Amino acid sequence: MPQAIAAVNDFVVKFANVNGSGSASANELFARSILRMGVPVSPRNIFPSNIQGLPTWYEVRVTEKGYLGRRGGVDMMVAMNPQTWAEDVKEITPGGYLFYDSTKPMPSSMFREDINVIGVPLTAITNATYSDARQRQLFKNIIYVGALSVLLDIDEKQIQRLFSEQFKGKEKLIDSNVKAMNLGRDWVKQHVDPDLVKLKVRHADNVGDRIFVEGNSAAALGAVYGGATVCAWYPITPSSSLAEAFQSHCKKFRHDKETGKAKYAIVQAEDELASIGMVIGAAWNGARSFTATSGPGISLMTEFIGLAYFAEVPAVLVNVQRGGPSTGMPTRTQQSDLLGCAYASNGDTKHVLLFPEDPRECFEFTADALDLADRLQTPVFVMTDLDIGMNHRLCKPFAWDESRVLDRGKVMTAEDLEAGKTFGRYLDVDGDGIPFRTYPGTHPTKGSYFTRGTTKDEFARYSEEGPVYVRNMERLQKKWETAKKIAPQPLRYSSPKPTRFGVIYFGSTSPAMDEALDHLEAEGHHVNALRVRSFPFAQSVEDFIHEHDRVFVVEQNRDAQLRTMLLSEYTLDARKIVPVLHYDGTPITARFIATDIATKLGQFKVVPFDKAAS
Amino acid sequence: MTYIAKPRLHHPSLVKNKAGFTRRDYEGAVSTLCAGCGHDSISAAIIQACYELDILPHQVAKLSGIGCSSKAPTYFVGASHGFNTVHGRMPSVMTGANLANRDLIYMGVSGDGDSASIGLGQFAHVMRRGVNMTYIVMNNGVYGLTKGQFSATADKGSISKKGVSNPDSSIDMVSLAILMGATFVGRSFSGDKHQLVPLIKAAMDHKGAAFLDVISPCVAFNNHAGSTKSYDYVREHNEALNRIDFIETREEITTSYDPGTTKIVQQHDGSILRLRKLGEDYDPSDKVAAVKRVQEGLHAGEVVTGLLYVDPTPSDLHANLNTVDVPLNTLNAPDLCPGTSALDKINASLR
Repeated sequence: MPQAIAAVNDFVVKFANVNGSGSASANELFARSILRMGVPVSPRNIFPSNIQGLPTWYEVRVTEKGYLGRRGGVDMMVAMNPQTWAEDVKEITPGGYLFYDSTKPMPSSMFREDINVIGVPLTAITNATYSDARQRQLFKNIIYVGALSVLLDIDEKQIQRLFSEQFKGKEKLIDSNVKAMNLGRDWVKQHVDPDLVKLKVRHADNVGDRIFVEGNSAAALGAVYGGATVCAWYPITPSSSLAEAFQSHCKKFRHDKETGKAKYAIVQAEDELASIGMVIGAAWNGARSFTATSGPGISLMTEFIGLAYFAEVPAVLVNVQRGGPSTGMPTRTQQSDLLGCAYASNGDTKHVLLFPEDPRECFEFTADALDLADRLQTPVFVMTDLDIGMNHRLCKPFAWDESRVLDRGKVMTAEDLEAGKTFGRYLDVDGDGIPFRTYPGTHPTKGSYFTRGTTKDEFARYSEEGPVYVRNMERLQKKWETAKKIAPQPLRYSSPKPTRFGVIYFGSTSPAMDEALDHLEAEGHHVNALRVRSFPFAQSVEDFIHEHDRVFVVEQNRDAQLRTMLLSEYTLDARKIVPVLHYDGTPITARFIATDIATKLGQFKVVPFDKAAS
Repeated sequence: MTYIAKPRLHHPSLVKNKAGFTRRDYEGAVSTLCAGCGHDSISAAIIQACYELDILPHQVAKLSGIGCSSKAPTYFVGASHGFNTVHGRMPSVMTGANLANRDLIYMGVSGDGDSASIGLGQFAHVMRRGVNMTYIVMNNGVYGLTKGQFSATADKGSISKKGVSNPDSSIDMVSLAILMGATFVGRSFSGDKHQLVPLIKAAMDHKGAAFLDVISPCVAFNNHAGSTKSYDYVREHNEALNRIDFIETREEITTSYDPGTTKIVQQHDGSILRLRKLGEDYDPSDKVAAVKRVQEGLHAGEVVTGLLYVDPTPSDLHANLNTVDVPLNTLNAPDLCPGTSALDKINASLR
């Protein structure tokens, strides 16, 4: 028997449950109660494409240091699903803990010698107290949370407070939940050696003013703050909760106080083709509009994306990426739609992508995307993913500048037209490649135009003449250059010591990367880092690459898609850009990144500076 | 070339309508369709309808898909915005546009390839959503731009110009529109402007999803013997149920009519549809009877025309979504952005 794992505020508990058994809210309660003790947590849902019956997991990383990426490894398994028992037990780190329902005796062959086992007769306790089947199922979950709270020293008062907040005004529910929690607590207190489990939670002060929220809800709130009035969507995992969150935010904030009427319109379209069509129609007609989808939806929208690019109609698409290709892994995470979005549609097309790292940036970038789409008159993609979108993540609170206005870009008004300003729908008047547009119905005799996906001249007149076509394509290229300057700029993190090595990463890799950089630094590997936040890449991305001899590009896809885009945008020696790729559908971990980079540094025959000095 | 503008010489004697525009102000660019194309007659009927309705030209938004018919919006109401979208997807773009600004008049122009083949799904859904629009299918049963292939509305057994017989059943757009929930459904013939103009006017005044199927012979590829959408065939087989007179609310109804041969339908806004009956006793507000009559016509090889179905009290997408009375595209940050104090509360609730 290896030594029992002992850790304070730094361990991973994984819950193995049956989908649809009501475990999700109990597990979230567990995570929140630790958060309320001032200790950061990072929970992740690992769930099947299923409504009821299949296995589902919830992994909670308790991390006083605030490392919010997935750690890897399991210190304690709460094994509540007989179906996955064997693989769950196998996954526990030697010296770790197995918590299970001991109502039915199990043969010793079902266990392992090198782990600590805590059996609590959850079913027996539940059945002795409750007779209703539904109550039995739900309260069993609360009972195990109560039991765990004693084993891990979680403050019961925090759990009680969470009950009071959740069931505010429903005193009966508060009481019954507290009672269930205490059933678990009392049993453990009477039957389990308090020193058996050496994983403990201690009060800390490391959460600060941070908020705990899912990326999809945050992006939806960004759409509300960014002034979106039309949302057209088609249900697809993992993006559906984004449109639904937009609906619930709008119900709260967007109804006229006097009439009760809605200052928004949400249409659940018949498919993704129609949803992007509606977004484009609304935006052409001057409303801010967006859709939320995932990779297969983008595939369907591709024709319309080309139309919006060429006819120059704003559109915002939030792509909550999942595992591809095709139907792929609907409930797993990846960053594998970069190329598909960046160059979506036939002909020479390219599109603006934004890469939020967490819910806070989902909020910020969705609002920004609505401004950018209007300013650039083109589709803008917010490239989030399942890991950010469908998990609660601790992040900086949302912020908003009260004086911010909706930046509608170049729109010619009836007054402008009346004053005799020249209007050419595709005429670049000031060199940034962006023409003026008018909303339909602006002026009785001036400013109307007929837009289309066919080629046209500066005044929107159909033309198939070569020079006219080339002029238009070159103007679009100029607009692309403008986009580089106004999209969110990359953020650089410099190693404390000078180094020839750099790493580029983006999106949901961020928390794992922060931690990996600490690991690498601790081992004497100095690496400068650049978090890319948009495409087209800003000039500073090229500068960063030229500054280093080798640049690692960390991505969650097989084909090194961001690396491909870097090689396509810049003239580079491809050998210099080294891919670090993780794409099994689970969120990338710091352990993976640090190990892979350290190994590759070894291949380049690099001796860490401190070791070389000693 | 679709960009050829018509000379803007106006004869001083041209009569202005109540909005101050002459009929010519509702025209567009010179048509590039074939001489004698039925679509041009439909464009002319739209121009006439807009002129007679005293519409402000810039208050019209024209949307179309891809095909000969979808080029037509450039040939009428040149002072309005137009959007030639992608093949079969005009309905979704029109839905979005309508959501953005409920005040404009939406005119969707499509063809049988655009709406009955690639766009059948969107056609069905735009009807069931009750988008306040006039949706015209210029129906010639053939793919003109790609030179003569059958479309999905070509009748089974009809013969193409190359002599091939169509093996597939045809899709009847009016039956489909009624079943999908359109609240105004009519059919007419491009060669019958006396029937078509009032139908377009009534459709434009209808506050819901209005659909018009207009048989429009293709002079190049579908106007030969053996075609069931040729001028000759349609003239011979046209079974007009009614001729419609459309009377707007603001006009006093002074025309006298013979109660034995007319039927009055009053729409929700008070406008009057006066049907001069040619066929048997027909009640266009009876949905079940409408479907039955259209299907009977199909069975007998007749092209049943006229106002086939109207719901006098339609609802529309905006009513269903309970949106504000002003266009959504006029709302600004103070209306839309909840502000920092609301955000502070949200942040507090997420801790």
